[in-house]
Amino acid sequence: MAGVRFGIVVFPGSNCDRDVAWVTRGLLGCPTRLIWHRETDLSGLDVVVLPGGFSYGDYLRCGAIARFAPVMGSLKEHAARGGYVLGICNGFQILTEAGLLPGALVRNANLHFICDRVGICVERQDLPWTSAYPQGSTLTLPIAHGEGRYTCDPDTLKQLQDRGQIVFRYAPVAPNGSVDNIAGICDPSGRILGLMPHPERAADPDLPGQDGIPFWQSILRSFAA
Amino acid sequence: MYTLEDLKAHGLSLDEYQKIQQQLGRDPNPTELAMFGVMWSEHCCYKNSRPLLKNFPTTGERVVVGPGENAGVVDLGEGDWLAFKIESHNHPSAVEPFQGAATGVGGILRDILTMGARPIALLNSLRFGPLTDPRNRRLMARVVEGIAHYGNCVGVPTVGGEVAVDPCYTGNPLVNVMTLGLLETPTVVKSAAQGVGNPVLYVGSTTGRDGIRGASFASAVRVSETESLLGEHCQQDLPAVQVGDPFLGKCLIEACLEAFATGAVVAAQDMGAAGLTCSTSEMAAKGGVGIRLDLDGVPARESGLQAWEYLLSESQERMLLVAQKGHEAELIEIFQRWGLQARVVGEVLAEPVVEVWHQGSRVVEVPARALAEETPVYVRPVLQEPPTYVQEAWQWDPATLPPCNCRGIQLGQEIREWEQVLLQLLASPTLASKAWIYRQYDHQVQNNTVLWPGQGDAAVIRIRSQKFGSGEVPALRPSRKAVAATLDGNGRWVYLDPYEGAKAAVAEAARNLSCVGADPLAVTDNLNFGNPENPVVYWQLALACQGIGDACRALGTPVTGGNVSLYNETLTPTGSQAIYPTPVIGMVGLVPDLQLICGQGWQQAGDLVYLLGSQAPVSLGGSEYLAVIHQKVTGRPAPVDLELEKQVQAACRHGIRQGWVRSAHDCSDGGLAVALAEACLSGSQGATLCLPAPSGRWDQALFGEGSSRILVSVNPAHRSLWEAYLESQLPGQWQFLGQVGSPEDPLVLTTAEGDPVLSVSLAAMQAAYHGTFADHPDPSHFQSQ
Repeated sequence: MAGVRFGIVVFPGSNCDRDVAWVTRGLLGCPTRLIWHRETDLSGLDVVVLPGGFSYGDYLRCGAIARFAPVMGSLKEHAARGGYVLGICNGFQILTEAGLLPGALVRNANLHFICDRVGICVERQDLPWTSAYPQGSTLTLPIAHGEGRYTCDPDTLKQLQDRGQIVFRYAPVAPNGSVDNIAGICDPSGRILGLMPHPERAADPDLPGQDGIPFWQSILRSFAA
Repeated sequence: MYTLEDLKAHGLSLDEYQKIQQQLGRDPNPTELAMFGVMWSEHCCYKNSRPLLKNFPTTGERVVVGPGENAGVVDLGEGDWLAFKIESHNHPSAVEPFQGAATGVGGILRDILTMGARPIALLNSLRFGPLTDPRNRRLMARVVEGIAHYGNCVGVPTVGGEVAVDPCYTGNPLVNVMTLGLLETPTVVKSAAQGVGNPVLYVGSTTGRDGIRGASFASAVRVSETESLLGEHCQQDLPAVQVGDPFLGKCLIEACLEAFATGAVVAAQDMGAAGLTCSTSEMAAKGGVGIRLDLDGVPARESGLQAWEYLLSESQERMLLVAQKGHEAELIEIFQRWGLQARVVGEVLAEPVVEVWHQGSRVVEVPARALAEETPVYVRPVLQEPPTYVQEAWQWDPATLPPCNCRGIQLGQEIREWEQVLLQLLASPTLASKAWIYRQYDHQVQNNTVLWPGQGDAAVIRIRSQKFGSGEVPALRPSRKAVAATLDGNGRWVYLDPYEGAKAAVAEAARNLSCVGADPLAVTDNLNFGNPENPVVYWQLALACQGIGDACRALGTPVTGGNVSLYNETLTPTGSQAIYPTPVIGMVGLVPDLQLICGQGWQQAGDLVYLLGSQAPVSLGGSEYLAVIHQKVTGRPAPVDLELEKQVQAACRHGIRQGWVRSAHDCSDGGLAVALAEACLSGSQGATLCLPAPSGRWDQALFGEGSSRILVSVNPAHRSLWEAYLESQLPGQWQFLGQVGSPEDPLVLTTAEGDPVLSVSLAAMQAAYHGTFADHPDPSHFQSQ
């Protein structure tokens, strides 16, 4: 079994938790633990994933209730210890609500939920999440969200740009109206990543669309190094 | 004791009241009367349709559970059991399209869950009036949003379906939803209560006043009465339409599957139509036992609920379980962990009665069978001759249409070329791309969607166990097995010929499964009809049921359950107008290896294009061409040759599994020209094809519709094997048409002599096909029929 140990947080309303586990445990063969949102023990985990879905029904605001879950305190400690954190879709929304990533995700510009496969440009190849992608890659990844329009104030945007925290951009245009076509960002250390596209839905050789495979290979590679 | 008006308020006739008196040996009290009112409604007891459904074949070697339970179950082999069922939410959606559609999704998900299955896919079949009318457009947009709202949040992919538009559905849209689920329990969880003394558990959401009398509302005679019923509720601030909470729905799925896995659940029943009344009486009646229900234990979301309000509430996301005595606490802990209500509200009794207690006194004591099984049945006479409108339609002669030739048709002073006709058809709402709709549905969640919507004639979903929860994830087995699913119905055909039209719907569903490479297994059907008390509507219903039964027998696809929605009528200035009789056939099929499947679009330039079943008769009667170009709904649809149908489908599946066939597409709505255009659009490639001179009119050859035809493209390396196979299996029933082109090539059709018939660029077809459903601020973009 490969060495990277994954943890996947399960909030009430999470619905991509098993999808990520299918990739990390089923396809990559990595040890994977599903962590109930009331648990606080994240010991022994290399990468903690906040999966997609509608945590707590996304009532009030996407991710606004999940940030108060008991597991979130431990997640911050995990990040402070140098652990990896990956927020996909609703997980990205939770990371912004929890203050682990800047900005916010608001309703799509066309006011509709969008499920589609869209062009994604990989802006950095030097991260543990992207090293297996060739330089300047444009991928096709699935998206499925109603509130994925990334927004932030001009100063924050400039900081993101200047510090190279924009990891994925929609190409050629953001289907949801995101500022600067932002699809995914990381923290200054690069260890915390949030993205709206679903790399776990494009990683199975038996299903159509496989541009997510290098994403997961990048993680394995960074721990093997 | 009660006036006729009182009885009418409960949807009961005087005869029915007398039957209640006989069964009880006394007058029912008002609470009991309310319970009989909902349980004896068409929606709950199928009193008008049941005699007609007896004709359906319901058994087969794959059938584990047939009609009568919450859903049908078929055996996929290797211990995989698939539960599936269709349900309508037409009436609620007409009044409140967002919540009506959303709770339609929630309700059918719980029917599947009740069997012990995890829901793995949703499909929907929708009908609306012309989208040029802003009211219809609003209904359409809100129904789609409602389906998206529930399905996306609950984490079940919406993978397929169909949408059609016709004036007869104005004000009475059809919203039919089908769910597939994979069993996670070792055996099917049944609904029959068992074990005297076992506790009855109420789990899920709280009970409020929403949706009271939804079942009788759905069975009201006409919209005028529906509206008054609704008005009565509105005056009391009691909405007759339920409100769904997909978040609680998701928690209920997870909690129930965990609870079933303990082995401590004896029986389960969803609280859907008629809420607590239906679940208690059906569970008791099926088990041959009784149930005592204490309403004071039921968690309420508002104070001061009367007994009848508890009993008739259709609050969503609730289930009733019978638990093994002594295991209550274990089960309650699971539901509470998921943030759900869970209380013991009664127990199983030896005496077969439904006994309800409220505030310390017994308010109901009724034999369970009287409510749930000894319900009225109406066998009505079926017209011996087709009604006048049908006889007139069958007299219609295509020769009365304006003259046409290989280039176009004379319309008024001008010749309309076939290119223009094709583009007009591709833009008609029934044929146009539904990408704007399915882009709003999460169709990939659960990571098993093998064909996305729009890629194939049916949805294909991998079968893979997801039975694991919090904690270390066990080794996960890979799987090559998949199921295919489709929904089909053509109201116009059934209107013009109920027997053949219903047969055609079954044949088309099976054909769509065969086109993706699946073996058709079994059927769930949704019968959407008008008022059965109208002899013409009853004749339509009776003949459609015969057609479904005969086709299912011939194709070896038994019916495992379904739903009946009657009284689909709207008021017009001249009276009450029924919708087209619209049976919708949901069919599932087995894909043994998900590598051996097929989409509908061309795959490779140079591939050879064939039409299977080419000698099958086609007709302009009831065609999309006749409706859109000539504004006529008349004629007689082509009859279905079920033997030929089987052979054509078998040949298609064989070609796919041999790796010869690279694309397959059912040639149905819009005829051959539209099927060719769709294969070009789905594959983003043109094609050059040659049509033999038609024996009849050119429009019939291009746009005539019929069954038993499949368009395939074949790898040229296998030409001789493929053609030899066809000659042995389908002698005289296939023809070579031409070749797939490149993405730059147009769709070109010529006569056998090489004269042009039509030539349309991919860009022109895309503009027509994708322009109809879109975010248009200007309603004129919604083309009229």
